[in-house]
Amino acid sequence: MTQPKIIVVGGGLAGLMATIRVAESGIPVDLFSIVPVKRSHSVCAQGGINAAKNLKGEGDSTWKHFDDTIYGGDFLANQPLVKGMCEAAPAIIDLLDRMGVMFNRTPEGLLDFRRFGGTLYNRTAFAGATTGQQLLYALDEQVRRFESEDKVKKFEGWTFLSVVLDDGGVCRGICGMDLRTMEIRTFPCDAAIFCTGGIGVVFGRSTNSVVCTGSAQSALFQQGVYYANGEFIQVHPTAIPGEDKCRLMSESARGEGGRVWVPKQAGDKRAGKDIPENERFYFLEDWYPKYGNLVPRDVATRAIHKIVFEMKMGLVGEPAVYLDVTHIPRETLDRKLEGILEIYEKFVGVDPREEPMKVFPAMHYTMGGLWVDNQNQATNVPGIYAAGECEYQYHGANRLGANSLVSCIYGGMLAGPAAVRYARGLESGCENVPGAIFERERVRQQDITDALLNQHKGTENPITIWREMGDIMTENVTVIRYNANLQKTLVKLDELSERFTRINLQDRTQWANQTLNFVRELGNMLILARVITMGALARNETRGAHYKPDFPERDDANWLKTTKASYNDGNIQLEYEPVDTSLLQPRERKYTAKA
Amino acid sequence: MADKTFIVRIKRQQRPDESVRWEEYELRYRPHMNVIICLRDIAEKPFTRSGVESTPVSYDANCLEEVCGACAMLINGTARQACTALVDDLEKPIRLEPLTKFPLVRDLVVDRSKMFEDLKRTHCWIPIDGTYDIGEGPRMAPSVQEKGYPLSRCITCGNCLEVCPKVNQRDPFVGAAIVSQVRLFNMHPTGAMHSAERLEALMLPGGIADCDNAQNCVKACPKGIPLTESLAAVNGQVLVHAVKSWLRGE
Repeated sequence: MTQPKIIVVGGGLAGLMATIRVAESGIPVDLFSIVPVKRSHSVCAQGGINAAKNLKGEGDSTWKHFDDTIYGGDFLANQPLVKGMCEAAPAIIDLLDRMGVMFNRTPEGLLDFRRFGGTLYNRTAFAGATTGQQLLYALDEQVRRFESEDKVKKFEGWTFLSVVLDDGGVCRGICGMDLRTMEIRTFPCDAAIFCTGGIGVVFGRSTNSVVCTGSAQSALFQQGVYYANGEFIQVHPTAIPGEDKCRLMSESARGEGGRVWVPKQAGDKRAGKDIPENERFYFLEDWYPKYGNLVPRDVATRAIHKIVFEMKMGLVGEPAVYLDVTHIPRETLDRKLEGILEIYEKFVGVDPREEPMKVFPAMHYTMGGLWVDNQNQATNVPGIYAAGECEYQYHGANRLGANSLVSCIYGGMLAGPAAVRYARGLESGCENVPGAIFERERVRQQDITDALLNQHKGTENPITIWREMGDIMTENVTVIRYNANLQKTLVKLDELSERFTRINLQDRTQWANQTLNFVRELGNMLILARVITMGALARNETRGAHYKPDFPERDDANWLKTTKASYNDGNIQLEYEPVDTSLLQPRERKYTAKA
Repeated sequence: MADKTFIVRIKRQQRPDESVRWEEYELRYRPHMNVIICLRDIAEKPFTRSGVESTPVSYDANCLEEVCGACAMLINGTARQACTALVDDLEKPIRLEPLTKFPLVRDLVVDRSKMFEDLKRTHCWIPIDGTYDIGEGPRMAPSVQEKGYPLSRCITCGNCLEVCPKVNQRDPFVGAAIVSQVRLFNMHPTGAMHSAERLEALMLPGGIADCDNAQNCVKACPKGIPLTESLAAVNGQVLVHAVKSWLRGE
């Protein structure tokens, strides 16, 4: 066959790394992204990236990083890949450093490291408090260099609709929509790598960006790709609640010494800074003396919920607790945390250097995702690969802070070469696939769009349906899960899906019609919401971020297994497969021990 | 008691070749609203103040925390990001218009691909040998990092180009953001090895000589990047490079 053709969908950290690896092997890449890749959601990652470089004389090692990650994930992650990631992490940091990332430095000119949640080691390299942005830019610049050499062709402003499958169920291309002309077109390829990020938008308000709808994952799921561990989503303990989104206040605030507290006296109306030290309840430090404010996110989130809803000790007037950095020298704050303090200042109008921040948990990260194998980031459909937050490996039942950036980059590093190997091994490439196969998919997608454009009697507003979906998902499928509420959620999702058939598009123009795109995403989100809720309903145990008060213990005998959802003729089915625990014996996960 | 409301006026244009119209919307006030929430409210009820059914407004937005650069527009005549434009701080009625220095796509959406093309033209990257494991990067003094990091926070929003009297759709001037990126890459130990190619790109038409020193850019930057400092620094580098090239007889 001729030169293979590779497509990458998504231009965040994982997608750009995959692109670089494919381009480096001499094969040209077509890179698709809804937004200019430099505006991808990876920019929102703040605190840092983990790698056990042991530059602080603490005796850290990649094995300890691996152990922390598996333990933090409550033993649900397949272990060999996680071990591979932790072993690769120090070299990944070196690579990023070589690419020019402005990491914070020690006086000796070496990389500085700070502590993050779920570990006792200073293992997190950082560039101020905008590490994700800095990393994304470094990869974006490398891709731009390849672009200038015609090794990468970007399709920015395109959204992914579906894959083109041949009669043997092999991926032979993708179908996308130009968000300006609204043209629907197919693009042949021998392998497609999906790096389409998280699904926060399914929950309405989250810390995720507007594009993080999970629409691509849902479309792939509906075409036969398994979706794994959907029920595992991470609620970050410290975010600024907002009507349009919840804005993350990075764990690095606590890594640099920030403390979480509430007034000892419930209903205390004084301003936070006026409450004396001995009248404050530092509940994380009190309940978890060894890890203190740096317990893993699921643990901190549940503690805040307990304080606010069970103990009624939240701040006056709103469900919130204090995240306090006012005791840290201003110079340190500006050097290491400026990016996030600026966000607080701009959106709340209060200087967090002077007054404790008011924060509350918010949907943040998608541990579950497209099912990929244990070696190659390959999905169950030949020719479809996935890397980054959109797939399910690496984090198990709860992700440790600062592991996302490294998992995205590592996944992209594996996916690129794996896709190349697969494409080179194909007996017959996409150029030999009959045009009718592509036309069939294009027509199918055009018909969906035309049906929406031609529906003139619709009465349902897309934003309203989205908001109702987000509200019920946030209420019933985030921090605390009861089966009765999960069942109610499924009923509500049925109702929303039925109303969706009567949607009023409001905008029927054929130029930069954002409503049309959003409605197509919304249809996909409704299906993904169901996958998440069904997975949560079925899993009668508590593990990591999945907490059921009626089943408060981890149940390895019945539930040490990966949820695999599949889609057949409109029906979602759940099956399970064993977790690879070949390296670390599962043990009780407990952060309460004394220091 | 009736809800408190306020007015948003929006400059609408269906397509680049279609006529401009202004629409007024009356929105229900809530605390902590920003311009993005206003635009979502309109999408949920796209009826103008006089009750005429319209369409949701097209606009660019992504991260909503001023780190992606997408949602730049003119708000009450000022080029800024919509996500950090809080309704409480804005004079009413609030006036929304697209940036004017970039080709219009629709409503508040403009095409800023020029900036990404210019980053390409000026070689704004560190040319590494490959992604394989060849050890650590160069050591860097903390003082260099502290200078470089603020520059690397540029979100390519285009606000500095919008306010620059020298930038327009016919003039090729790259603008302050790109020049500042050149400074960043020239500052890096590996990047410095290749500073000549960046400086030479900035010596071509549309390069740094086009800067008239109006100094509007630095005031418009949402990230507080010292853009005028970057313009001066790179201007100096270009002069030195030109003199050296001349002495070498190039």
